[in-house]
Amino acid sequence: MSELWQYFRDNQSDIAQWTWTTVWLAGGSLVAGLIVALPLGWVASRYKWSYPPFVTLAGLIYTIPSLVLFVTMPGLLGTKVLDPVNILVALTAYTVALLVRVVADGLASVSNDTLAAAAAMGYTGRQRLFAVQFPISIPVIGAGLRVAAVSNVSLISVASLVGVQQLGALFVRGSQGVTLVPIVLGVIIIMLLAFAFDAVILLGIRLMTPWQRAVRAR
Amino acid sequence: MSALAFLADGNSIPPLSQVSVWLNDPENWTGPNGLLVHLRQHVIYTVVAVVIAIIIALPIGLLVGHTGRGAFLVGGLANGLRAVPSLGLVVLLVVWLSPKIHLLQTVPGVVDHRGALPYLIPVEIVLVLLAIPPILTNTYAGVQNVDPAARDAAKGMGMTGFQLVRKVELPCALPLIMSGVRSSVLQVIATATIAAFAPFLGGLGQYIINGAQVINDPHNGYPAMVGAGLVVAALALVAELSLILVQRYVVSPGISGRFKTSKSTVRAPDGSVVGTELAGV
Amino acid sequence: MIRFESVTKRYPDGTIAVNSLELTAPSRQITVLVGPSGCGKTTSLRMINRMIDATSGRIWLDDKDTSKIRPAKLRRGIGYVIQHAGLFPHRTIIDNIATVPLLLGTDRRTARARAMELMERVGLQPDLADRYPAQLSGGQQQRVGVARALAADPPVMLMDEPFSAVDPVVRAQLQEEFLRLQGELGKTIVFVTHDIDEAIKLGDQVAVMRVGGTLAQLATPAELLSRPADAFVAGFVGRDRGYRALGFAHADALPVAQEEVARLGDNLTTARDRASDGWALVVDAERHPQGWLAVRGLADNALHGQVTPDLLNLGGTLAAESGTLREVLDAALSSPSGRGVVVHDDGTFAGTITASQVLALIEAQAAGDRQQAETYAAEVLAGDAHGAPGGAP
Repeated sequence: MSELWQYFRDNQSDIAQWTWTTVWLAGGSLVAGLIVALPLGWVASRYKWSYPPFVTLAGLIYTIPSLVLFVTMPGLLGTKVLDPVNILVALTAYTVALLVRVVADGLASVSNDTLAAAAAMGYTGRQRLFAVQFPISIPVIGAGLRVAAVSNVSLISVASLVGVQQLGALFVRGSQGVTLVPIVLGVIIIMLLAFAFDAVILLGIRLMTPWQRAVRAR
Repeated sequence: MSALAFLADGNSIPPLSQVSVWLNDPENWTGPNGLLVHLRQHVIYTVVAVVIAIIIALPIGLLVGHTGRGAFLVGGLANGLRAVPSLGLVVLLVVWLSPKIHLLQTVPGVVDHRGALPYLIPVEIVLVLLAIPPILTNTYAGVQNVDPAARDAAKGMGMTGFQLVRKVELPCALPLIMSGVRSSVLQVIATATIAAFAPFLGGLGQYIINGAQVINDPHNGYPAMVGAGLVVAALALVAELSLILVQRYVVSPGISGRFKTSKSTVRAPDGSVVGTELAGV
Repeated sequence: MIRFESVTKRYPDGTIAVNSLELTAPSRQITVLVGPSGCGKTTSLRMINRMIDATSGRIWLDDKDTSKIRPAKLRRGIGYVIQHAGLFPHRTIIDNIATVPLLLGTDRRTARARAMELMERVGLQPDLADRYPAQLSGGQQQRVGVARALAADPPVMLMDEPFSAVDPVVRAQLQEEFLRLQGELGKTIVFVTHDIDEAIKLGDQVAVMRVGGTLAQLATPAELLSRPADAFVAGFVGRDRGYRALGFAHADALPVAQEEVARLGDNLTTARDRASDGWALVVDAERHPQGWLAVRGLADNALHGQVTPDLLNLGGTLAAESGTLREVLDAALSSPSGRGVVVHDDGTFAGTITASQVLALIEAQAAGDRQQAETYAAEVLAGDAHGAPGGAP
């Protein structure tokens, strides 16, 4: 335990830098992924014919292994191999792939009775979307976002294999085989980060769904 | 374990067109270091991990879904396992565990190197841990989604707990379970690339890791990395499609809804089959 | 025979669902448990097959204490039909029905043969055997549920609102067929419903339960209508009690009047001649009544052509000779001509009867019953009540 702490202090600045990289890579990809997935998911839920192709395409993207995606990005984007932007784009692609289906299912799961009532009250289509469908879908979409967050955070360390500097570098150091300390430290920090993201998103869901709070309080 | 030498300068990586050249070269496919060998290793690592994960996760998911108790455990376990960085755990286990496994053997049919087993076990442990969450959560969700009326009727008819799980809950939960297995297989295929990080194991990730060291080389560098990546993606696609096919055969038509204009058997009054005819909805 | 001996069900949070219930459901009869939500009827039913275990008291199945039998074994000898059928979506209809025999160890061939028999019994087409539940309508699914419960030929059947989830037309059909089936099979049935009309229609005896799980009254439907035990039962049974009680009354002989009838295809002039008081009853070639023809005010020159179905008024209902007084009264009241049509059991025209004639019949019967009731009341007051007067009012 004290060894871990010692190592942490000795390499504080590096670890801080890497942690920050991990955080903005994960956070950035989540936000970007959500922003892209919301309209796509809405289209898939609204226009039934688009659902199968969108979801299949999303599935295909998800099957591409992370390492492969990280590796292909420089070729596609014209960036350098070591550029962390590769990772950002790849993770965003994954997030989108995961969330499109979740968003589509979430929006479609709002009961027709509720929507019909809203229409009868005079809500326009767009108002129904923002005032009724989205709020009700928040728990479902939020759950998907949590899975994406946790997966993304732990996925980032793989980027070490292509040289991008983030917390995975601790694993590379440890792989030189002398001591377990950096590896254990890396695992701990990454898992804590993942749980932190999860908790923040969960909190966000709770804040945005006060009606569910009332149900829980009962 | 070899340290990876990273190139500071990626400006002269070969263009993507080189990838198809690399893939089309039969020399890269055959031979003891060829794609086919690595592909086989990759497939075996995946299958072993998923099978073990099913053996562990399916009973737990069924039990928790059936009794309704311990749902929090399922969610927490799945979430926790998802948060574990695979690469980190592989490195950790290889550094810590491998020296402790004193079995200097080859793994017959998979790797020809002596000393492969101590590295295979840690990697499989990591892959199994990765494969468990989708199967566990989907099994639990699948059982929970079984029509409560059907469950009540089954109990009321005199089925014991085991019979209920075996005859009703499991078949009805099958679509979701299969979906979880598919998800799991995809995750493992993707992550098995890091198996190459451990010595001797190979798998398709080998090309990626080796390629990173000679990245500008048009024969073994970047094109090899991307080429191997495409093979992995293709493997994943084939696996997904195969499992979808399996799902079609294994899941009862009554659940999947695939019975429009199916053939139905024509029966004699005593229940024996007489023939078949097209049945409408 | 099923007997509840001081059965109580208390939940950990203190709610008492069933309170010291004493009830006997006689063999080969339908006992209906009816009452408002929260009266414990479903809980009581589910205690019979130990889906819920009683907190205290015992339930006897013939001479066996149900708490001493292993639940799964107990349930395999009891048919169980629930509101939403609970069919197994992953099995075909024939395999659904064959479930319990297979559980009991019958071989597949025999079990399937039996399933086919039962399908016919409950009125399902044999080509449905290899369909899946999702392909069937609600009414068909309920029939499958009943067939499934009958498959192992259990002496006892428990039914929990089996017909509540279908629309009224289908429900009426299912109820009729259920009665027919019971006539053939003679099972001991405990039936739960919240609908008092269903209870009165189906039950050989009806147990009205109160919120809190106590028995308010156990009686035959006729008694329930004519002598509700207290204000709660009276209120629950509802209004129109007198009128509905007529559904249990039969007349020994209906004083029907003969009259001339017109036939489909007759000339309209002929029909007019056969009419009395402006209306002519029209029958078909087999003397089955088809409807009434209004001829009042039709001048000669308007009477061209034949009697055709589109000219007829179909308002009146038909009453069978052997039917209940309620049917006869309804026939008279609903008839556009004021004359109720009575038919023989084979459907051919028997005669007509007016509302006042039916009413006279009803009053005569009531007078007779009043006498019986008065005698009974006198006996009770005198302190020796030897059994209730038998029969319905």
